[in-house]
Amino acid sequence: MTSRRLAQGGLIDRSRPIRFTFDHKSFAGLAGDTLASALLANGRMLMARSFKYHRPRGVVTAGASEPNALMEIGERGRRDANSRATMVELYDGLFAVSQNRWPSLAFDLGAVNGLAASIFVAGFYYKTFMWPKSFWEKVYEPLIRRAAGLGRASHEPDPDAYEKAYAHCDVLVIGSGPAGLMAALAAGRAGARVILADEGSRLGGSLLAEREEIAGDSGFAFVAATLAELEALPNVTLMPRTTVFGWFDGNVFGALERVNKHVAVPPAHEPVERYWRIIAKQAVMATGAEERPLVFGGNDKPGVMQASAIRAYVNRYAVTPGARAVVFTNNSSGYRTARDVLAAGIDVAAIIDARDGGTETHAAGVPLIADAVVTRVVGRERITGVNVLKGGATTADRIEADFVAMSGGWNPVIHLSCHKGDKPVWDAERACFLPPPSTPGLIPVGAAAGALTLSQCLKDGSAAGARAAGLAGFKATSIAVPETRDDEPYSIRPLWHVRQSTAKAFVDFQNDVTLEDIPLAAREGFNSIELVKRFTTSGMGTDQGKLSNINASGILAEATGRTVPEIGTTTFRPFYTPVSFGALTGAFRATHYQPVRKTPLHEWCEEMGAVFMEAGLWLRSAWFPKPGEDWRAAATREVMAVRQSVGICDVSTLGKIDLQGPDATALLNRLYCNGFSTLQPGKARYGLMLREDGFLFDDGTVSHLASGHYFITTTTANAGRVMSHIEFCHQALWPELDVQYVSVTDQWAQIAVAGPNARRVLERVIAEDLADAAFPYLGAQAVTVAGGIPARLFRISFSGELAYELSVPADHGNHVARLLMSEGSGFGIVPYGVEALSIMRIEKGHVAGGELNGTTTPEDLGLGRMVSRNKDFIGRMMGEREALKAGNRDVLVGVKPVEPDHQLRAGAHLLTRGAVASLDNDQGYVTSVAWSPMLRQWIGLALLKRGRERHGEIVQVYDDLRNSRMLVEVTHPCFYDRENLKLHG
Amino acid sequence: MLIDCPYCGERLSEEFTILGDATKQRPAGSGASDIDAWYDYVFIRDNPKGRHREYWQHTGGCRAWLVVERDTLTHQVYAVTPARDASA
Repeated sequence: MTSRRLAQGGLIDRSRPIRFTFDHKSFAGLAGDTLASALLANGRMLMARSFKYHRPRGVVTAGASEPNALMEIGERGRRDANSRATMVELYDGLFAVSQNRWPSLAFDLGAVNGLAASIFVAGFYYKTFMWPKSFWEKVYEPLIRRAAGLGRASHEPDPDAYEKAYAHCDVLVIGSGPAGLMAALAAGRAGARVILADEGSRLGGSLLAEREEIAGDSGFAFVAATLAELEALPNVTLMPRTTVFGWFDGNVFGALERVNKHVAVPPAHEPVERYWRIIAKQAVMATGAEERPLVFGGNDKPGVMQASAIRAYVNRYAVTPGARAVVFTNNSSGYRTARDVLAAGIDVAAIIDARDGGTETHAAGVPLIADAVVTRVVGRERITGVNVLKGGATTADRIEADFVAMSGGWNPVIHLSCHKGDKPVWDAERACFLPPPSTPGLIPVGAAAGALTLSQCLKDGSAAGARAAGLAGFKATSIAVPETRDDEPYSIRPLWHVRQSTAKAFVDFQNDVTLEDIPLAAREGFNSIELVKRFTTSGMGTDQGKLSNINASGILAEATGRTVPEIGTTTFRPFYTPVSFGALTGAFRATHYQPVRKTPLHEWCEEMGAVFMEAGLWLRSAWFPKPGEDWRAAATREVMAVRQSVGICDVSTLGKIDLQGPDATALLNRLYCNGFSTLQPGKARYGLMLREDGFLFDDGTVSHLASGHYFITTTTANAGRVMSHIEFCHQALWPELDVQYVSVTDQWAQIAVAGPNARRVLERVIAEDLADAAFPYLGAQAVTVAGGIPARLFRISFSGELAYELSVPADHGNHVARLLMSEGSGFGIVPYGVEALSIMRIEKGHVAGGELNGTTTPEDLGLGRMVSRNKDFIGRMMGEREALKAGNRDVLVGVKPVEPDHQLRAGAHLLTRGAVASLDNDQGYVTSVAWSPMLRQWIGLALLKRGRERHGEIVQVYDDLRNSRMLVEVTHPCFYDRENLKLHG
Repeated sequence: MLIDCPYCGERLSEEFTILGDATKQRPAGSGASDIDAWYDYVFIRDNPKGRHREYWQHTGGCRAWLVVERDTLTHQVYAVTPARDASA
């Protein structure tokens, strides 16, 4: 292939060659190249196949808006699909592969779609693939899935690390072109904390791509000098390779830093990308402007490029796309490409200006054809020429060329300023949309604000930087603006499409949306720009229509007899350019996805061989298997051991709240539906908390430790919610109450000691008298453990056995657990987990989360007598509602399969025997299940309509989700020791 | 969004948990004739476009309950008051 590298110039480093592969062939490039510039330098024009028609495509731009040259970069877990070759910094060993083509880029069978293009117009899929119905799932969908998409995502784990970070600054300058550099300088010199961010690998923006003359020297030199000063200022942070992708409330900006995308493997301990949230007092949006393509026949062929992109390749990368150029423009800026290409020694065949006659100077010897349009680009593998139609002529002339510079005008890159939902404003003179008039916290400046000459950008940038620093509280003045070579004023005549085109003219390159698709959408009734976008998919690709959106609005305006401002734009949303899932995830991957909470007894549980389960963020010991035991065998053995002798269980995860103050009792009476005025010091009481709507919220125990001092427990799941609820009730509803409260969940280890020998074991470690008379059921007292550890003992029972909960300071938890195990060894003490705990409470009919599910009242669960009639409390009023008092509600019962070997599952529904399964016949559902060692079969708790009247009845259990039906007997919810003899042992 | 906690200073909204409308008054009466006021307090909420006062708790900080006046459209925060002072 021909080398297209120019002998002189450019910012590439000719002393540092780089080798890379593309489609498994080896190529050479230079340090400073992008993958796109290196491929062009090698004469490689064909870079991709388009999405729908599989047309051969080359690179169109030199930057972030690239729609065509998308490639897979890297291998295996690092493979990054849909990477824009224009943004990939070349490095040694770079591995790149083209996409969306089979078997190869040069010979792609998918191109056959192009032959049927008249069928595959916009929206074709709304009218096809419908018949026969069965074909959708079996034939069409699988085929479409294989054909759809561009790049392939990797299915292997990503070996790289990602970080998330925050930054604060006084002034965030977005974009480091002429306006941004001046703004950063003005704000930086004023002493403000400045962050200057730019998506490019180097700072300098458009100054790196143009041949400018500033203060008598080159634009490159001005950039270097400015950056040197900025680097030396301690209050300025430079962030190249950083795309500010979104503007959010509170002047918070999202930014993505490509920390190590420009090397094959990130250095150890460095992330590949960093996701920033930048909180800025003020921001300057100096994001520049994007050149519009022109819409004409064959405008998608490899070699047709943005006029400004060609300047970037020639000036920055010292690469020419070909040997002979044609410039097609409707505005003054296209002429610069002719000048720069000529200056590089490349031929320019002609400038074709759609306007009547520009006044711009152009090099002598280059024909200027005014009032003319290009109707078609000609050539197969390479462009051979263009057809040009002069105004008033009937036939076109052929001009020979092998690359085409197109310029349709400039679109200020206004996206960030519109992210909050404000609409941009049409400027008829410049034929472009400008940022919304009011953007508090964000100052658009430079080309992004419609300033399209260099001198204006420098001047406005300085003023904007000073203003931003001033608004952030610094004394700032505009700084001196250097002299520039006279630049010409900008002039344009809109040309939304060339109606005389004699070949397919593309509006959206990435999604293959052609000129005809837009009027088609309008004819079908989709005549607003938002509907046109969805119907044609224009603007919906990974480039989000950066090159197509405004042209689409212009074409729709003309097709429907409206003006461009009447059509408007589609909604601008973050992200400006794609952000990887890795960056969004940061370090929160795999087991680090959420924090892990371990109880104070975790070490002891591990020593005992616990199998842990996740309960929210907590790891709770679920069962303690002996060798060869599965979960059921272990839990069964644990239950038997506890009911026959003694066991200990870690119950530290339950919420614990310390409540003190003269008004503590009053607060308790308002929070719980049952009363606490009669709860004596040294005693505990079960409490039910309702929501304001009368439904059960949480249950727990309240222990009266000393006058005005209470200790409250909650369920594990609701600990946080109950704490917030108590805080709300006090601070928002009753701030006059003199109380203080604090969560002490993490401060205390809590161990349940349960079984007929529980007291005997505890007596060996606790000094105080634990005899039944001294420490009756529901006692709550301070005790001393092992001769010195201050603890609390509560005689409460979830298992229904003689049981206590021993509360010790968290740091003593493991030690006390080991102590109990050794002191209890003579009694055959066992550790038991959540499974055994659940089995025992279900055997006793004690309600828990499955029954306190937000739809039940105390009466539903058989706890109606706990609801006080003598006081006001949260939930009292709404709990009196008719529907909550109705006699036909679903109420708590026990259910026992008629066949002892049938397995019950929670969630199964209940039906009257013989009834057909339907919503009308639904009688309730099973809330909790367990295999009961005491009954030697599955049992459950359930909510059954009028259940208390139906004990003894046989009903159906219906579970078609898990293909299960059985008959059960409705029973009292307590299956074991109904008289509670063991409790009072 | 940034919320200026009176105790902790300006913090990102991720540190806070929203409860909802702070303009509803919990009815004082608890007789049968008050049921309509209770129904309104528990269930009925306006959904205003514009400035609105809401309860937020600084769950990731000082745990104070706050009344935040913010614009539901622009998310601009106008005032942040401790709930205990707002109800006085």
